[in-house]
Amino acid sequence: MAEINYRDALNRALKEEMRRDPSVVVWGEDVALYEGSFKVTRGLLAEFGEERVLDTPISENSIVGVAVGAAMGGLRPVAELMTVNFALLAMDQIVNHLAKIRYMFGGQASLPVVIRAPGGGGSQLAAQHSQSLESYFMHCPGLYVAVPATPADAYGLLKSAIRDNNPVMFLEHELLYNSKGTVPDDPEQTIPFGSAEIKRQGSDVTIVAYSRMTILALEAAEELEKEGISCEVVDLRTLVPLDTTTFIESVNKTSRAVVVSECWSTCGVGADIANRIHENCFYSLAAPVRRVSGLDVPMPYSRKIEKLCIPQVVDIVKAVKETMEAKS
Amino acid sequence: MDTKLRAILPDQELLKFYEQMALCREFEESCAEQYTKGHITGFLHLYSGQEAVAVGATAGLHRDDYILSAYREHPQAIIRGADPKRVMAELFGKATGICKGKGGSMHLFDPNLSFMGGYAIVGGQFPIAVGLAFASKYRREGRISACFFGDGAVNQGTFHEGLNWARLWELPVLFICENNFYGIGTEVHRSSALADIHKRTCGYNIPSEKVDGMDVMAVYQAVKRASEWVRERNRPYLIEAITYRFRGHSMSDPGKYRSPAEVELWKERDPLPNFATRLVAEGIASEDNLACLRAKATAVVREAVQFAEESPWPDDREVFSDVFAANGEEVCPWLK
Ligand SMILES: Cc1ncc(C[n+]2csc(CCOP(=O)(O)OP(=O)(O)O)c2C)c(N)n1
Ligand SMILES: [Mg+2]
Repeated sequence: MAEINYRDALNRALKEEMRRDPSVVVWGEDVALYEGSFKVTRGLLAEFGEERVLDTPISENSIVGVAVGAAMGGLRPVAELMTVNFALLAMDQIVNHLAKIRYMFGGQASLPVVIRAPGGGGSQLAAQHSQSLESYFMHCPGLYVAVPATPADAYGLLKSAIRDNNPVMFLEHELLYNSKGTVPDDPEQTIPFGSAEIKRQGSDVTIVAYSRMTILALEAAEELEKEGISCEVVDLRTLVPLDTTTFIESVNKTSRAVVVSECWSTCGVGADIANRIHENCFYSLAAPVRRVSGLDVPMPYSRKIEKLCIPQVVDIVKAVKETMEAKS
Repeated sequence: MDTKLRAILPDQELLKFYEQMALCREFEESCAEQYTKGHITGFLHLYSGQEAVAVGATAGLHRDDYILSAYREHPQAIIRGADPKRVMAELFGKATGICKGKGGSMHLFDPNLSFMGGYAIVGGQFPIAVGLAFASKYRREGRISACFFGDGAVNQGTFHEGLNWARLWELPVLFICENNFYGIGTEVHRSSALADIHKRTCGYNIPSEKVDGMDVMAVYQAVKRASEWVRERNRPYLIEAITYRFRGHSMSDPGKYRSPAEVELWKERDPLPNFATRLVAEGIASEDNLACLRAKATAVVREAVQFAEESPWPDDREVFSDVFAANGEEVCPWLK
């Protein structure tokens, strides 16, 4: 087991899958010569050459659409959108084409396309560059959605994404690229989609989270432990397919739930998870399900107020405590 | 270069060009310093090297013509008339900023100056510029829309949609491409099948021209001529200004994709010293006069930094304000 960061874990997964399967190609804005805006594609051009690693024009809708065509033509494109905010310029190809082609053509075509897109807020990039859009993709049938929190998950899930025969929106978090963790040495040790992971065992309350919020939830759990509150942290890892069993079993055990997501609260991922908890765990709940989410406002630039809009560890701690105090 | 400067504009206007370019350079270099100190955060894209475009173009427009730009837009806002103090305060994220600290470096906006925004989604400004031109024509205001954009933006659908639309509806839009040869690390020939951007308009029946974007007089004259053409005919036009950014794409870009020799070559064409040489050679200013103007710019920027430093942070309640407008409020008070 090697200790590497999230960026290098993704990079390793890309290289290994490109070596393993010559039909894997990579393209996006500044991914080749510049080696990626976040350097996830470092060394790819040098190793695999211009035929397989390509810089594209700033034309997001076509970055996705050309990948759709290439996939229909027998390739496995891994396309990078420089950040997830620009997926909004590609929503037509993502939602109207990538997600629907298989179904509307009666299952005759499969689209093994991976769209990698970094996102999230917290770097004072203001309203157009700080979004968490996972619920947009989760909402649309036909797309898998991966949201890794750790280097090991980033590695294992990206490999699964590339090998999968379905379109995958692979959502990386910009603030996690430098985070470190151990990653298995065995290149065949992939992580299946639809398997949440209990990242911390606990008995009093279940915190359901994904992506960077998992890391914050673990920090909150650490703090709460000191105050005698035992938290179980469930990391969803993929939003589609969604592993409902793991969090339902956990909540049935702890009888309390806090759902954390960075995206806007209204119609956010947490709303869906909370609903599933209510439907499946109602009779074992000792308190209403609590949510911690991004505030329903466009992200302000000023760091003084930006941090109020993004869930912080203290917000999770507070929500857990309130859940513990609630009487059923 | 043959025409004497005095044949084009009076001394006072020529000196203003120099002073404005000096202010842009000072402002941007000071931003770099404030970023290094941690006072400015987020993305910071500096304009150093491209000053002749903002200064020449703004002077060639009417004061109430609309200006829209991308995220490398501090000088465009300042030259149009935005107070450097309030622009710097915006970059510091302070309540006194031009957008209350909510927008930051990439999102300056002041409708009272007809400065209709810095946009950080590449290509986002094209249709908005077309819409403003439509409103101006509809209301018979006689103002045109000047839409600045980079060489990287011309492969967005909105560029092509905007050109076609503006011509089809006969709208007064002046498209101004600042071709600095790079979109982040991608050289223009590696992103555009036809890298002569001004030639792209022939598919839309729109006239265009290329101009030396390192020469403030050339930009001024081209924009002045083109803007009057656009205004008279209610038709779009495109100017491609050939220029260069001296710094990386943003503060986090070391710029390894350009050779030091290439950068040095362009620095020899620095619009500031070159214009200074002409001013002196033609007897319009002495070296001392120009040093004085530079010192003035330095003082303005120093004052701006101090203002930003001393300004208060936004109140926490600002987070929830401005999401929606109240009905009954006047929508475009600046049009009065
Ligand atoms: C839709 C969209 N795609 C990608 C980006 C990321 N990005 C920011 S600037 C830029 C390059 C733009 O280059 P150009 O238009 O030449 O402007 P310059 O930076 O040279 O002023 C890119 C790709 C973005 N902001 N928006
Ligand atoms: Mg450029």
